Amino acid sequence: MKGYNFAYLDEQTKRMIRRAILKAVAIPGHQIPFGSREIPLPYGWGTGGIQVTAAILGADDRLKVIDQGADDTTNAVSIRRFFARTADVATTTKTADATVIQTRHRIPETALRDGQIIVYQVPQPEPMYRLEPSRVETRRMHALADYGLMHVKLYEDIARLGHIGISYDYPVMVNARYLMAPSPIPAFDNPKMHMMPALQLFGAGREKRIYAVPPYTEVRSLDFVDHPFHPARAPHACGLCGAGDSYLDEVLTDDRGGRLFVCSDTDYCETRRADGQVGAEGVPVGMPGGAVEATQ
Amino acid sequence: MAYVAVKGGERAIDNAHAWLAETRRGNPDVPEIGVAQIAEQIGRAVDRVMGEGSLFDRELAALAIKQSQGDLIEAAFLLRAYRTTLPRFIHSEPVDTAGMAIRRRISATFKDLPGGQILGPTYDYTHRLLDFALASEATVAAAPEASHPVGEMAHVHSLLRHEGLLENDEPAAAGEPGDLTRQPLSFPAPRDVRLQALARGDEGFLLALGYSTQRGWGGTHPFAGEIRMGEAVVEIIPPELGFPIDIGDITLTECQMINQFKGSKTVPAQFTRGYGLVFGHSERKAMAMALVDRAMRAEELGEDVTAPAQNIEFVLYHSDNVEGTGFTEHLKLPHYVDFQSELETVRRMRRDMAAPMAEVAQ
Repeated sequence: MKGYNFAYLDEQTKRMIRRAILKAVAIPGHQIPFGSREIPLPYGWGTGGIQVTAAILGADDRLKVIDQGADDTTNAVSIRRFFARTADVATTTKTADATVIQTRHRIPETALRDGQIIVYQVPQPEPMYRLEPSRVETRRMHALADYGLMHVKLYEDIARLGHIGISYDYPVMVNARYLMAPSPIPAFDNPKMHMMPALQLFGAGREKRIYAVPPYTEVRSLDFVDHPFHPARAPHACGLCGAGDSYLDEVLTDDRGGRLFVCSDTDYCETRRADGQVGAEGVPVGMPGGAVEATQ
Repeated sequence: MAYVAVKGGERAIDNAHAWLAETRRGNPDVPEIGVAQIAEQIGRAVDRVMGEGSLFDRELAALAIKQSQGDLIEAAFLLRAYRTTLPRFIHSEPVDTAGMAIRRRISATFKDLPGGQILGPTYDYTHRLLDFALASEATVAAAPEASHPVGEMAHVHSLLRHEGLLENDEPAAAGEPGDLTRQPLSFPAPRDVRLQALARGDEGFLLALGYSTQRGWGGTHPFAGEIRMGEAVVEIIPPELGFPIDIGDITLTECQMINQFKGSKTVPAQFTRGYGLVFGHSERKAMAMALVDRAMRAEELGEDVTAPAQNIEFVLYHSDNVEGTGFTEHLKLPHYVDFQSELETVRRMRRDMAAPMAEVAQ
C-alpha cells in the first residue's frame, strides 16, 4: 500500500516484536511485555494479533483470518482485508492451505500441522486478573509459580456449584511452569493446544504482552483428580453437515424455541458438505436454497 | 436463512462505510465545513485532540475532528494511529515554560506578584448565557491591546524557593526520558512516564479523579500556585551540531499546584507540588492532571494509599481513552462462541440442580 511499509508496521517495530516473540517461544507461557503500537483498528479488536501477524508475515505466506471460527464474520473480513491491502498477501479460508491463521475465540477443527502458525487475539493475557487485579501482584505470583489462588477459585466453584464455572478462557499450565490464559476460546478447544505441531503465538495489543506455546509443548487444563477437566459442547450434531464432533453455534430460528445447531468452524462445515456429508437440516452443496451461501 | 443474516460480509462493510460518509457530510444544502474553520473556530476541541492524540499538529487534529464528526476520542485515535507511523528522530530539550510568551497567567496563592495577573482569553468570568447573536454571522471587534508588551515571567514557585518552603524541582533524570509509546508501562513507573500518561490521558477521567481528591478520596490540600498558557519554544540538539536550535513554538497550558505537606521525621513541613502540562489551551485538564500527579506521589511522600487517585497502577492503566474505548466497544463484536459455552455450563448446572430436587419431590 502506498505510503506504508509491507504489512503496515515499519521494520524497526517488526524487529522489536520479533524479539519479543523469540523470547516468548523460549519461555513457553510467560508473558513478554512489548512496545505495542497503535494500529488503525481499535484496541480490543485484534491489535495484538495484528501486530504479531504483521511481524511474522512474508510475501509468500497464505493468511486465514477467523472470528468465532468463521471466515466471514465482519471483524475477520476487516482484518483479512487489512493484510490483503497492506501486505498484498494471498488469503484463504481453508485451514489446511493457510501458513498463518489469525484467530479470535476458536481453534480450527482441522488439526494444525508442522510449519503452520496460529496467532491468537488476546483481550486479557493475565489468567488471574479476575482474582487479583494488580499486575504488580500477578507478576510476582508468576515468578514464584504461586498459583494457589486459581486452584482455590476452581475448588470453590466445585464446592458451591458442583462444577468448575469457567467455560471459556479456561486456564492452562504450559510446560508445567506458567499458568496461561488461552484467550477466550471455549474450553472445548483447550485439548487442541496440547502437543500441537503448529507454533502458537498470542498477541495482546492493549495490554502490551506477547506469549507463545512452541510446537509439541505440554498444555494442561487445570483440574482435580476427582473433578477432571470437561471440554463441553452442545450435545447435538451440526444441522448442515451432520458433524458430531465439532463445536456448535446455536442459531435461533424463531421466537418459539426453534433453533439450529451449526458448526462454528465454517471451513470445516463447508469441507464436509463438499465431501457429501449432509446434516438433518442441510441440503447437498450445489442445490438451490443451500443455507450457507457465501455472503461476499 | 436466519443463519446467513447474522454473518457479515465485505459488501455489508462497504455499504456501512458509504452510509457513514453520507451521514458525515449531512445535508448537502448546508455548506461543507472546512478543516481551517475547525482549526480556527473549534480550537478547544482541536487542543484536546492534540493532547490526547499526542501530536501537536492543528491541521491534522482538525482533519481528524472533521473525519470523526466531532467524536473527539475517535479523532484522538485517528491522530495516534497516524502518529505511530512517523519516525522518531530525536527528543527535544526540556521546554522552558518560564520563558513562555504569556497569553494567560494567574496565581491563586498571591494577590499580586512580579509580572502581574494576566487573565487572557478565558471563560472564567463569562456569564453562561446563550449568546443568540452568535447564531447569525457578525464581525467581532478587535480586543483592546495593552500599552506595553508582557515580558517573561518567572514561575511563582521560583519566587518561594529561597525560603525553602516549597520542594525543589527534581533533578533532571540522566539519559532519554521514558516513552510510553515505545516501551510498555512497568512498575514502579517513574514520574516522567506517569506525567506522559497523564498528558495523554482522558480529560474526563482525570477530571473525575482530580475532583475525587477534593472530596476526600485522597485529599492533597491543593492551591493553584500558578496556571499559565502561551507559546513556548521547542529546541532540539542535533548530534551533528551539538548546540540547541529552535524548531518552532507550541501552545501549552501549565499548572503548578501547591499542596500542603505536614512533613515527616526527617523532612520539615513544607509545600509539595503537583504538575500539569498539556498541549493547547486546556486548563481543566492541566489542573486535573496536577491534582492527580500529586495524589499519585502519596506513597513516595509517606502518605497512606487509600483512594483511587493515589493508586498509580489503577490511574495509569485506565487513563487512556483510546485503549478504554476500544475495549469497551469491543463488546459489540461477536461473542457467540463464548456465550454458547456459558449456555452449556448454565444448562448443565440447572440440570444437576433439578435432578436431586425431582428426587426429593418423589
